Amino acid sequence: MSSDTAMPDLPETNYINAEKGLKSWLTTIDHKRIALMYLIAIGGFFVVAMGLGFMMRLELLNPGEQFLDGAAYNRVLTLHGVIMIFLFIIPSIPAVFGNFCLPIMLGANDVSFPRLNLASWYFYIAGAIVALFSVAAGGVDTGWTFYVPYSANTDANVMLPMFAAFLLGWSSILTGLNFIVTTHRLRAPGMGWRQMPLFVWGIYATSWIAVLATPVIGITLVLVLIERYMGIGIFNATMGGDPILFQHLFWIYSHPAVYVMVLPAMAVVSEIVPVFSQKRIFGYRFIAMSSIAIAAIGSLVWAHHMFTSGMADEGRIIFSFLTFFVSVPSAVKVFNWLATMYKGSIKVDPPMLFAFAFIFLFSIGGFTGLLQGALSVDIHLHDTAFIVAHFHYTMFGGTGVMFFGAMYYWWPKMFGRMYNRTMAYVGFAMFFVGFNTLYFPLFIAGLKGMPRRYADYLPEYHSYHALSTVGSWIMVTGILILFANLIWAIKRGKRAERNPWGGATLEWAVASPPATHQFDGPPEVGEPYDYKIPHLGDDESAGSGADEGKA
Amino acid sequence: MDAAAHDTHDAHDEPHLTPYSVYVGIWLALIALTGVTVLASVVDMKHQAIFVALFVATAKSTLVVLYFMHIAFENRVFWWFLLSAIATFVIFVLLTFADYAYR
Repeated sequence: MSSDTAMPDLPETNYINAEKGLKSWLTTIDHKRIALMYLIAIGGFFVVAMGLGFMMRLELLNPGEQFLDGAAYNRVLTLHGVIMIFLFIIPSIPAVFGNFCLPIMLGANDVSFPRLNLASWYFYIAGAIVALFSVAAGGVDTGWTFYVPYSANTDANVMLPMFAAFLLGWSSILTGLNFIVTTHRLRAPGMGWRQMPLFVWGIYATSWIAVLATPVIGITLVLVLIERYMGIGIFNATMGGDPILFQHLFWIYSHPAVYVMVLPAMAVVSEIVPVFSQKRIFGYRFIAMSSIAIAAIGSLVWAHHMFTSGMADEGRIIFSFLTFFVSVPSAVKVFNWLATMYKGSIKVDPPMLFAFAFIFLFSIGGFTGLLQGALSVDIHLHDTAFIVAHFHYTMFGGTGVMFFGAMYYWWPKMFGRMYNRTMAYVGFAMFFVGFNTLYFPLFIAGLKGMPRRYADYLPEYHSYHALSTVGSWIMVTGILILFANLIWAIKRGKRAERNPWGGATLEWAVASPPATHQFDGPPEVGEPYDYKIPHLGDDESAGSGADEGKA
Repeated sequence: MDAAAHDTHDAHDEPHLTPYSVYVGIWLALIALTGVTVLASVVDMKHQAIFVALFVATAKSTLVVLYFMHIAFENRVFWWFLLSAIATFVIFVLLTFADYAYR
């Protein structure tokens, strides 16, 4: 388990050093290299968006204008949301860890369409460049939801960020398509659907949502542009359109997108919990099927974002009912994780800490979501800081936390180096304390009526905002420590074992870091959560990776 | 693999060749349906016009998907992909009308 023991040096050739030069990276079709390119881009955007959020919290430290006026605050808010949603949370776990791990976990050497995989990355980068260019062009103040009629009438140039979202949507669709086909066609001989790791199940369900729902947002954004620049009435009531139709179309994608964000995080938890409990996962089939159920039911609840927008009562009742229903498969997962830990040999290593944090924070986010699912309560809570807190508890406390959890779990595999454990604990502790200090006061402020997206507030909300801002300082410090620890590990970290955590899925059977072609032939497929497989426990036989697949 | 199985495998992998006459027939059908659209635009059918437009659009896209996109001759898995997309679309429309139908 420990990285302190003497380890052989890194394999002489691995996927990182197999080829050299920038061109070899920009033209690579190796799924692991593409995953690293996503990681660099996504990590960079996360830091930028975190800086913007930090600025917003500083502005809100005291009532009155500090250093951002209302218009500038709106632009910062929009950019924070667009980058975090479209450039970080949606692609984060699937694009990085799905790309890196899914083919290896299936016993394949790559995804089904490697060139399409690279094209997805270029779509992502193109979308990112257009989004950032929109800032240079003056910024956008619509919020990340681009609601009409404001987005169709504002002087700000909304075309650029909408086009960026369109390009990023293409990236999601192509990546999802690749993962679906890979899961169907490239499973190693002997790996049936019930032998697939739960991470693959989660990514598979996520991919279906991405493929089926993303086109709706693409079409919707194009319709806004047609209305704005060609004067055809689609959403604008004065031209015979219907603004609520925009909200329907927007949320038909954007609510399932919430599950595109969180299902992969749940999938990572489903890998980490059994490994660090050294116990077979409890209720494999229920966890696998709950991913599919969340994907299916989660696609039917979009209008709970619109309870106060003027929908018909009948529609609101139907969507309220469906909203409560979607909590069932989510709860199934939580109960199964807890049952897996029960009487397990729990090791509180850094990845497991992130899994604990996920269960705690996502449960708070989930339960507060149920409150908003009730029609009457939602009228009071809608568009308040309560929503901001709920959203960040689910998305950041869920997906954001497990992005770090996945990095701390798979980093030794990706780079063959182990990070500093003490710094991981320190960074995690600061992150966790800072997170709750930042967001929990917003629940109370929201309940008391503090609106969201406001650059200023009444003095009665001062204590909540001040506490929240102090929380942001603690949390950001923790995040920077967590990042620095990982970057330090790449160059200075001790050599990691092939299987440092005692996992039983196939990625732990190949070298750390893996060779470009991780499997010479079809690997031996066993139960993914059987922790008594002899070949996975020791590291002495770890080689270049080319022979590891036959382990 | 025995000979019979081998034959079946080969037959399965062999690409389906569609005669030109079918493509020409589909093309003529699409033109005829376009004619229906033009005709509907000059006849005052009030609210029924929307149903005619939807019928024509559905018929034309069905023909294109089945023959020009070759789905009619493809493996069953492609049918499942197509049906899942259609089912998703239908569900989205029905649920949206849970709002519009009662406003």
